[in-house]
Amino acid sequence: MDEKIRRRERLDRGIKVRTEGIYAISSWRGIAYTSLPTAAFVLGLLIIPLAVTSMTWQKIIIIACVFAFLALSFDFLAHFVGIVCLGGAFFTGVGGYISGVLNSAFGVPLVITIPIATIGGAVICTLFLLPCLPMRGIYFAIVSLMYPLLFARVIQALDIFGGTDGLPGLATFPNTWVELYLILPMILILTFGLRRLVNEDFGIVLRAIKDNDQAVRASNINITWYKMKAVFLGSAIGCFAGAYLAHLYGWVGISLFALDFSIFPIAATVVGGVGTLVGPVIGAIILTMFSEMLREFGPLRVVFYSLILAGLVILNTGGLVPYLQRKYYQFEHWIEI
Amino acid sequence: MNKNVILQVKGVNKSFGGVKAIHHVSFDLLKGEILGIIGPNGSGKTTLVNLITGFVKADSGLVFAEGKKLSGLPPYKIAGLGIVRTFQIPRPYHSLSAMKNLVVPLYSSRIMRTIGGKLGDRDTVALDILEEIGFERDAHVPYKHASTFPEGYLKRLELARCLALRPHVIIMDELFSGLSVSEITAMIPIVEKLQMNGMTIIMVEHRVRELFQIAHRVMVMNFGEKIAEDVPDAIIKSEIVKQAYLGVT
Repeated sequence: MDEKIRRRERLDRGIKVRTEGIYAISSWRGIAYTSLPTAAFVLGLLIIPLAVTSMTWQKIIIIACVFAFLALSFDFLAHFVGIVCLGGAFFTGVGGYISGVLNSAFGVPLVITIPIATIGGAVICTLFLLPCLPMRGIYFAIVSLMYPLLFARVIQALDIFGGTDGLPGLATFPNTWVELYLILPMILILTFGLRRLVNEDFGIVLRAIKDNDQAVRASNINITWYKMKAVFLGSAIGCFAGAYLAHLYGWVGISLFALDFSIFPIAATVVGGVGTLVGPVIGAIILTMFSEMLREFGPLRVVFYSLILAGLVILNTGGLVPYLQRKYYQFEHWIEI
Repeated sequence: MNKNVILQVKGVNKSFGGVKAIHHVSFDLLKGEILGIIGPNGSGKTTLVNLITGFVKADSGLVFAEGKKLSGLPPYKIAGLGIVRTFQIPRPYHSLSAMKNLVVPLYSSRIMRTIGGKLGDRDTVALDILEEIGFERDAHVPYKHASTFPEGYLKRLELARCLALRPHVIIMDELFSGLSVSEITAMIPIVEKLQMNGMTIIMVEHRVRELFQIAHRVMVMNFGEKIAEDVPDAIIKSEIVKQAYLGVT
């Protein structure tokens, strides 16, 4: 009777507690199993710039990171607060122009303009979005989509802040490595910071507002105040992206109010997986790389791009990250019994 | 004014378009009692609850709580005064676990103000409240997502959400509806215990038999008007109530 009986067992067996997302870790294997995805994400993000050699691709990664910021902001507001905010372009525009005006008119260095643009821009954006906070769903989306169009026209018509020419000659970063290693750690901090936030008590209140705002009102909580804080946070993220972009190009113009900044983050979020926070970052990187690779196809690029996007959306509706997560938890190995 | 009156409703009116949902309803709620509100479907019971808790603005008439005017205050402020409600259709936060559902009221300014730093860890307090109301702690029930719960648990979760706010007055909007007889039997002692702990309770109900066991007074509504208010025994005998319910003329 030397024959050994073997069966397949899931890797998470023994460490996964019955309830969702709780693990009882007691061994190095368990720790490795649960922390591997996070470690892969962190290291992957930090190593990408070293892996690509050409300057062009490093620039592409930077742009992807800017979009990742906006996608994070969108995902946070849409999935954790229930505010569908298409104000990405509004945030980048306001952040970029504050930074640009401070730098070109008053000569403030960029280490000061970026923080000011982040906070000040968030205040301005929140004030503008405040009247429509009681609105939900599509109505909020429409209003937030309208502001960038409005601001771009105002700047054009009144010929303020450089009008259609924009403000050239802003301070730029010393070199590409500074650009890269400013924004990449910021993304990591933001991703994990937001994930922490939505599991803290404050974040629980925000998620409750998304699920059922009436019950939150009946629980002695002023939902407008909490939504305002969430919008402030979301717009601060967007304004940082805008201010960063202004100093990246050394120029601000009404193209910072372009609708790409509103629409692209949504596509990135859908591809990466709604509500995962890591997903939008990965989605933004993948989509930006795709659209660059397809540049060779000329006019056909848009067709390929749309097809790939449609395919990704249709094939796994949950998004990339939830799909990978599911597969990861299903890994099995042989054990002897 | 009687010092024992904790909530006073004075001649409130509310119309939705041409329909008079509430027509000149007045009543006093005495401290520590259980007041039942019954009436046929569409008689304005839930609208009355909405008026008291501020979810609907009254056309005219006033609501006072211990001398303080409630009319015109937003719902969250009324809840902050300790007058809380359950919803007829449970409104849990589906994506959160039962325990985290209670973190929301525990994070409210009322709780922060009244007990502040002494509260300790909100999760632990939430677990205690849930256990009190019948969520089996050992069976991981408090950790399960609210979306997985059957109706009976959702109703209890509604009640737990109110209790977490440490209220003076709880308005239960059809707490027993949708529950089986055994679930109701389990729920009655909970309600009685709350009353014995000094809470004042309004129960809007369709389950008349169970309500009459525990209510001290019962108010009957029909077509938005209050048609009777008395002790349960007198209500059972009342001709006018029979008329409203059975349509006997």
